[in-house]
Amino acid sequence: MSRKFDPGVAPHFPPKLSVTGVMQEVLYALLPGIIAYTWFFGPGMLVQILLAVIFALLFETLMLKVRKLPLKRFLGDWSAVVTAVLFALCLPPLAPWWIALVGMLFAIVVAKHLYGGLGQNMFNPAMVGYAVVLISFPQVMALWLPPRSIASHSLTFGEMLNTIFTGSLSLGLSWDTISEATPLDAIRTSLASGRMVSEARQSPVFGDFGGLGWEWIANLYALGGFWLLWRRIISWHVPVMMIGSVVALGLVAYLVDPGSNPVPLQHVFSGALVLGAFFIATDPVTGCTSNRGRLIFGVGVGIITLSIRSWGGYPDGVAFGILLMNMAAPLIDRYTRPRIFGH
Amino acid sequence: MRADVLAAILSITFLGGLFGLGLGWAARKFHVESDPVVDQIEAILPQTQCGQCNYPGCRPYAEAIASGEAGINQCPPGGETAIKALADLLGIESMPLNPENGEEKPKAVAVIDELACIGCTLCIQACPVDAILGASKQMHTIIESECTGCDLCLAPCPVDCIDMVVRHPDVGAWGWSKPRPVVAGAALVLNEIPPAGPH
Amino acid sequence: MHIDHVEQARNAGEQVHHFHGGLHLRHNKKISCATPLERTPLPGLLIVPLLQQYGPEAEATVKTGQKVLKGDEIGCFAHLGGGHIHAPSSGIVQAVARRPISHPSGADGWCVVIEPDGLDQWKRLEPLTNWTDADPALLRQKIRNSGIVGLGGAVFPTAFKTDEAIKQEIHTLILNGSECEPYISCDEMLMREEPDSVILGARILQQAIGATRTVIAIEDQMGVVNLALKQAVESAGDDNIKIVKITTIYPEGGEKQLIQVLTGLEVPTGGRPADLGMLCQNVATATAVAQAVVEGKPLIERIVTITGNGIRKPRNLVARIGTPISDLVEQCGGYTNDVARLVLGGPMMGYTLNSDANPVIKAANCILALTESDIRPSQVEMPCIRCGECARVCPAVLLPQQLDWLIRNQQWDDAADSGLADCIECGCCDVVCPSHIPLVEWFRFGKSELRTLAVERKQAETAKHRYEARDARLLRIKQERRQRLEEKKRAIKDDAQRQKKLTEAISRVRARQDRNE
Repeated sequence: MSRKFDPGVAPHFPPKLSVTGVMQEVLYALLPGIIAYTWFFGPGMLVQILLAVIFALLFETLMLKVRKLPLKRFLGDWSAVVTAVLFALCLPPLAPWWIALVGMLFAIVVAKHLYGGLGQNMFNPAMVGYAVVLISFPQVMALWLPPRSIASHSLTFGEMLNTIFTGSLSLGLSWDTISEATPLDAIRTSLASGRMVSEARQSPVFGDFGGLGWEWIANLYALGGFWLLWRRIISWHVPVMMIGSVVALGLVAYLVDPGSNPVPLQHVFSGALVLGAFFIATDPVTGCTSNRGRLIFGVGVGIITLSIRSWGGYPDGVAFGILLMNMAAPLIDRYTRPRIFGH
Repeated sequence: MRADVLAAILSITFLGGLFGLGLGWAARKFHVESDPVVDQIEAILPQTQCGQCNYPGCRPYAEAIASGEAGINQCPPGGETAIKALADLLGIESMPLNPENGEEKPKAVAVIDELACIGCTLCIQACPVDAILGASKQMHTIIESECTGCDLCLAPCPVDCIDMVVRHPDVGAWGWSKPRPVVAGAALVLNEIPPAGPH
Repeated sequence: MHIDHVEQARNAGEQVHHFHGGLHLRHNKKISCATPLERTPLPGLLIVPLLQQYGPEAEATVKTGQKVLKGDEIGCFAHLGGGHIHAPSSGIVQAVARRPISHPSGADGWCVVIEPDGLDQWKRLEPLTNWTDADPALLRQKIRNSGIVGLGGAVFPTAFKTDEAIKQEIHTLILNGSECEPYISCDEMLMREEPDSVILGARILQQAIGATRTVIAIEDQMGVVNLALKQAVESAGDDNIKIVKITTIYPEGGEKQLIQVLTGLEVPTGGRPADLGMLCQNVATATAVAQAVVEGKPLIERIVTITGNGIRKPRNLVARIGTPISDLVEQCGGYTNDVARLVLGGPMMGYTLNSDANPVIKAANCILALTESDIRPSQVEMPCIRCGECARVCPAVLLPQQLDWLIRNQQWDDAADSGLADCIECGCCDVVCPSHIPLVEWFRFGKSELRTLAVERKQAETAKHRYEARDARLLRIKQERRQRLEEKKRAIKDDAQRQKKLTEAISRVRARQDRNE
């Protein structure tokens, strides 16, 4: 007695990973860093994340409808959520709500869908959104809060919400009293006014290595990054080379002129370097695919970041470094192709 | 003119000239030798020599394309594959096959009905690749492996004894079929695992 | 060939190297190795396909109603160097008809259907009893006439390989005993239970191709097999056979990967192991060679692993070619309730069968019955996110995401340049892809297309040559005609002149005559 069977295609093994799974693991890895951020700088960041996620999902739904793609499948891959979270983590906690709107507009609609959608975009969407917002609205993007432990006036949650949604401060407060320069900002302005780095470091915003609070955040981002490495979601090439090149060149600069260059560790623990190294520059779609290419990519981002921090017009160059290397990634890929077996 | 305006104009002009010279030198130094475009076009055409493109053979058609006289969509045996390849080669837009030249048909070979053949040699003279064997008053037959399916022997035959038969691949010549796409442009196709089947 | 390459190749097996990529997969082999080998009883009908996997079909050499004895030749490949088909049992040829042939396409093909008479009577066997003194050419001929093909899954006629190999100097014979695909355990059982015939086959093959040593490669966790083979080597008293344990990582059993692991050398693209002085054979093929030479028996049966979560009692069976798979499954206790898919081969590279009425063919190393929860669910396919995992695991060091993109866009020349022909279709890239893209399916299609394109291109070139030759011939005919015409004209003119001179002469003579009168 014979029995019929349905056809199928080899391999007859389902893959273990899925795109949704990868995205979710990235979000889990970001959690420690986000918690630390909220601890040091208050809940404003959570509001930014929420806003960014809402706008990202809205724009994603809109674009999927326009492109006639299945909503459930592509919304369910969580890639828009990851873009939103990474974007929000670069914003000052009190940024007005429309910053997230503009940022997500450029990130999701322009950088992602107009370039072809998931897997086809050339530039990192979160960084495109951040760059647009940074260049277009420099004043709001420069209003950072000090860590709560040293703040002269700690804002309540209500006051934060008020600022974010109305753009103006509650009665009795002024931007001068509540905002404070970031550590990188502080170094830059003091160098511009002729003082040395060591003097700038006397400011209370500095901790033992990097900025107060920022060092903890960077450490916890790194913890998340190591977890991603262990889970094989990212490979070590980009983070190691990016941080390594910053440290190496920073060391050279420090040894040559300790007056105007901070200690290399200062660079590592300030700004978005660790976040960028483990979470943003490792974005598979916009980076290189071969391991040799990734090494070059990481070095490139590191050099550009350091250059912008030292000589450029912005306090932190990670975003621009990543965007510029995104441009170079296809070329690097072309020249770092591995030799095929038997050729 | 103010001194700085003049300086700006001069320096930009100088730089422009310098880069222009540099580019010219590079164009000559790094020039890549390649086949003349007519040869490249001819390599894409299927060499059926059927004349459906309104030119007497594939080489004249290739020359016409290269000189801009003919469009790239006049070759039915080459079909969409050839049109796309020509569009890629010449850097122009792909276009659908011109229906005036014929339609894309599956590859067929000519077969002579031997009971009806009168041995007139008219088809032998018509075949552009000499794929018909025979002589005057002797039986004619098509050499199947050499027949390109150009149809040129059908018209001259006075007793209409030649038919075009589509080649069917057998199990021995089986190949894997194309997986069905998930999202094809604006239309959505659900991903089912397609059964592997013969071409 | 480089001198150092030769040295390195001669030292095959001294060191264990690694190949790029690969995957550690769960073995799932223990369930089918628990019970010893069994034979399947004679089935009611033996359906022997004349097409044994790829390539041309054999010509049937028997007719309906003809009586055959076990081992009689029933199908012959006229143009291939061997791999002919023999009757698996004695009986009557019921028909030469189209039946299911266990082909990946699921299509029917020509088969010789034999109704066994129950006697299972061998034809007159002609063993080579003193094979140690026999001429290697005689050994190779015996292999050629015994229908032996590669039993590891490729079913390449062994005689073809040995005949081709003789044209180059072969110094090492490699026996592949490292079954790398999960679930398949037929080679392991063979080596456990009949190690002597494996070693005998190795010695015969070694002599047939003129090799000086043999390396048998087994997986590093085949402890029992190692002992059994070592004992067999000792009792055979042959010093030139070495047993090497290699790291278990899929697909270490692929021919090119195996050679890289044993020697550190890469078989050049488009080349063969014979270019490095080596010949690779499966252990089951070696056993078949031993049987053919020492007992005179052609290849009519093989060990098949019936396994998977869809089989009640998985085990290895010795089955005749042509036995319906349903018989084998019945002997293994039948299916479980949730069986969903029947695969011929392993879970990575096997193809599905549309029914178990399909017969056992020479390529059937494993019949795998998978349940709903095992098989690849209809996953939603997402666009490629360029994660690079596929390139990390590819043993051929290809860039699958690049190849996939090129094939989808029909850039065949670029795909060929990127090494599509070097893909061994192992399936590693498919299994690690987070977007669940059916990469192997695309590559199989791409390779098919490349082959078709190559054939078409050749045909177009031939047509062009014939066209140009015809043009040249017509031109020549025209020129010759013109020449002949001119000659004729000249001839007429000459003629006319001569006539004129003649007439003038005659008139002069007449005039003189008239004057004289």
